Amino acid sequence: MAVELLTLLFNGLAYGVLLFLMAIGLSVTMGMMNFVNLAHGAFAMLGGYLGISLTTRAGVPFLAALPLVFVAVGAVGAGIEVTLYRRFYRSPQLTHVLFTIGLTFMAVAGATYVWGSQIAAMRVPDWLIGQTMFLGLQVGSYRLFLLLVGGAIALALVFGLERTRFGAMVRATVDNRRMAQSLGIDVGRVFSLTFALGSGLAGLGGALAVNFLGGIQPAFPLGYLLVYFLIVVTVGGLGSTLGALAAALLLGLADAAAKFYAPVIASFAIYLVMVVLLMWRPHGILGRR
Amino acid sequence: MIRRAAFATASVLALGLSLVGARADSPPIRIGFIVDLSGEFADYGTEILNAAKLYLAQHGGAIAGRKIEIDAKDTGGPNPEVAKRLAQELIVNDKVDLLAGFTLTPEALAVAPLATEAKKPMVIMNAATSIVTEKSPYIVRFSFTLGEIASVLAKWAAENGIKKVYTLVSDYGPGVNAEGAFKKYFTLAGGTIAGSDRSPLKGPEFAPFMQRVKDAKPDALFVFVPSGDQGVAVTKAYQDSGLAGAGIKMIATGDITDEAVIDQLGDAAVGLVTAFHYSDTHPSEANKEYVKAFQAAYGSKLRPDFMSVGGYDGMHGIYDALVRLNGNADPDQALEILRREKFESPRGPFWVDPDTRDAVNTVYIRKVERQGGRLVNTEFKAYPDTKDPDKTK
Repeated sequence: MAVELLTLLFNGLAYGVLLFLMAIGLSVTMGMMNFVNLAHGAFAMLGGYLGISLTTRAGVPFLAALPLVFVAVGAVGAGIEVTLYRRFYRSPQLTHVLFTIGLTFMAVAGATYVWGSQIAAMRVPDWLIGQTMFLGLQVGSYRLFLLLVGGAIALALVFGLERTRFGAMVRATVDNRRMAQSLGIDVGRVFSLTFALGSGLAGLGGALAVNFLGGIQPAFPLGYLLVYFLIVVTVGGLGSTLGALAAALLLGLADAAAKFYAPVIASFAIYLVMVVLLMWRPHGILGRR
Repeated sequence: MIRRAAFATASVLALGLSLVGARADSPPIRIGFIVDLSGEFADYGTEILNAAKLYLAQHGGAIAGRKIEIDAKDTGGPNPEVAKRLAQELIVNDKVDLLAGFTLTPEALAVAPLATEAKKPMVIMNAATSIVTEKSPYIVRFSFTLGEIASVLAKWAAENGIKKVYTLVSDYGPGVNAEGAFKKYFTLAGGTIAGSDRSPLKGPEFAPFMQRVKDAKPDALFVFVPSGDQGVAVTKAYQDSGLAGAGIKMIATGDITDEAVIDQLGDAAVGLVTAFHYSDTHPSEANKEYVKAFQAAYGSKLRPDFMSVGGYDGMHGIYDALVRLNGNADPDQALEILRREKFESPRGPFWVDPDTRDAVNTVYIRKVERQGGRLVNTEFKAYPDTKDPDKTK
């Protein structure tokens, strides 16, 4: 009985961390920069495909490929920020939506052209396949790995964005751009860096998610947009790392519990939890009002 | 047989007549294809269309001076409303003679009433839910049905020492179809069902289901999910949940080990037993030639799979009907020929049941093996002339 419950808890948390990893980049760009970046999934997809190409074609080990993906997708993000996104910061949010949805469709077509329409799966090292003993529990090795990586990223972000000078600069810039500028903050650079960070995280999340989701294909940015990106960020509260983590874990646990105890409602359990949470806290669990 | 001979005679006569009348500027015969060429099922539509075009290229693109034109429309599906609108455009504006393709069941169902109304033969090249052919008298199916596959797998499981099975299917039409057929025929053969779950079509998380399966301690887990990332995800979840170690086998319809994705499954798939009507290693001359021609035309990256064979055989049927009618695409006459098609397909012997207008296949039990660096479905037992057991009309 206890084993059953702990296994369920573990699986729910691991799924929650997956949701967190896929959404945290969006929490950074949308929450901190106030930019409705629906193209988040495109960056995640780029990360997924890059990870696959690096591990299968270039022979880079999986663990080494992950930081490379983070840096590469971050750099692409910075490039796109400077050339495209920057022009739209002052536009109304509807423009953001249309612009980034357009980008997403282009990314989908581009990925089909480059990688083809079939699914591609990640090759992970043998020690991440099958089961491992963890605290006396038989658990999936890759899930355990996700939990550890997700925890580390959450910690790094909480300290990096909320306790450092750079974090303070980002928040100052978002809250009052002109004031921040008059205080000598290079606003443009701060936004570029933040956007690069968000994109890099999106790419990393995408690369980590592939093995869990089964594979990646060009329709990925559209297929996972709602549940995996938007719900987590909205329920968590815009711009809050801990909020996104809490929301992701809650949704993951709810999904696991529903599938295990009441599979009939499993298809919409996650949405039910979303509705209840948003009714309780319309700005998200840890959202600023 | 007599009917066939009559047709043959009629077409020879017609051929003689039309040779006089055939002119180079005769209007083309147009076939409207409704398939998924973008979106998450883009692979399906691409395989179907590639194979149909290959058939045409191999057999010459004209009959009795009339060129055969494929007019392909993309639903970007799953998208039944778009499929319906496209069918309307094809019928009204483009004046197509036949409708073909149909990757997904909901799209076929949406178009069926239009086929009836416009009297256009509608050739199904995939859409595998049993009920599809009942929705219009103009529908003829050249693919397979999930009832066909699942009932054979149930029979095989019962014959091979599997006594208790847990079923897990995707929660949509084809999944419910597969679940129903498997349960019915496994129970009839003396087996018991330990439990049944349906997983959300969009969700990639199967671990809690695997935990339920493990608790129920069946001999085997029967799975149906659509081919693609879900298939890889469910296989990995099976592996990562330690079900094999607990003595629970996984058996599935061949969607999971579809040749277009099988190599992405990796070693997790080796040994997996599935039932299906096509494997690209089916040991026949017809199949060897087909695979060779497909890869010569489209490269070796996308392996021909069951979708492609549906497209190839569907085009075979259409082409044959048009030849016998000497390029005259009269819908009712074409339908009469289509519903009596019988030929050697790359998948093995194939025929259409004239009463149900549905595909009759040899269903094979196969095992995933590694062969020269790639994964293949090796057939080891055949159930010839399998009809969907629950189809009566």
